[in-house]
Amino acid sequence: MEEKEIKDELASIRGLMERSSKFISLSGLSGILAGVYALIGAWLAHHILYSFTPELSTFPTDNNEPVTGLFYGGTYRMLEWQLIFIAFAVLLLSVLTGIILSYRKAKRKGQPIWGKASQSLLFYMATPLVTGGLLIIIFILRGHYSVVAPASLIFYGLSLVGASNFTFTMVKYLGLLEIVLGLITACLPGYGLLFWAIGFGVLHIVYGSMMYFKYDR
Amino acid sequence: MKVPFEKLDKAFENRLRLQIMSVLMVNDRYDFNSLKELLDTTDGNLASHLKALEKEEYIVVHKAFLGRKPNTTYESTEKGKKVFRMHLDALEQLIKQQKSN
Repeated sequence: MEEKEIKDELASIRGLMERSSKFISLSGLSGILAGVYALIGAWLAHHILYSFTPELSTFPTDNNEPVTGLFYGGTYRMLEWQLIFIAFAVLLLSVLTGIILSYRKAKRKGQPIWGKASQSLLFYMATPLVTGGLLIIIFILRGHYSVVAPASLIFYGLSLVGASNFTFTMVKYLGLLEIVLGLITACLPGYGLLFWAIGFGVLHIVYGSMMYFKYDR
Repeated sequence: MKVPFEKLDKAFENRLRLQIMSVLMVNDRYDFNSLKELLDTTDGNLASHLKALEKEEYIVVHKAFLGRKPNTTYESTEKGKKVFRMHLDALEQLIKQQKSN
């Protein structure tokens, strides 16, 4: 056997081991865009939250004795729905962008988009994400709003760590950072939106550009 | 000069077989259609080489049904993994020897 032949053989083995077990069409550009959406969303949320002032009104209490004070009253519900709407819009846009851009990248590089690797990737990402999502909805319904920011960061981080076995190793470190950020947020109530913007906005832009320059072109 | 040609497994002389084994080294199980797509080969060609690997007991076949469609998956055996590693080592040694010559 010629040296060239052996080297080709080894290269083909290495390539197959990676291609068969890893989804390498994940688009870095979609990470950057997801970060931008998150920052816009966070800015909108901030705007809504802080332009909102409680009004002086009377409110009935449990023992039917009305009290007068600063209350958010009926408009508070509106605020809640606006924030939930923003969060879902950001999520939906990010997922759509991710799918479309990864699909285009896979096509350009001639890699299968729906293979063993992408199926495993989706499964290991979806498990913590759906768990976390449901948990957060349950907590929102029970009125515990403070868990939203830390829990969404932590569960997203866990899903990235789980998924990293099936795509670029870089994703693992992004996941670990999100988890750390989530835990810090849990210690600092009131700064949820800020940390949320860092975790979903800034980190996505940073890692997205790293992936873009390393793998996209 | 001692060339470790005898360590190179005859079963892996065919490139497709070597490729099948490398896929099964890093994946617990892999199904026929995904293999076909990944290796860009034909049904008949892939099936005959899978059969050969199965005969050497380097892989095992799991037949199952997904609904009504048959879904055949393949898994590498301990024996298969061992010979594959030995084969890679032998290839590496060949390169090293050719460099030192």
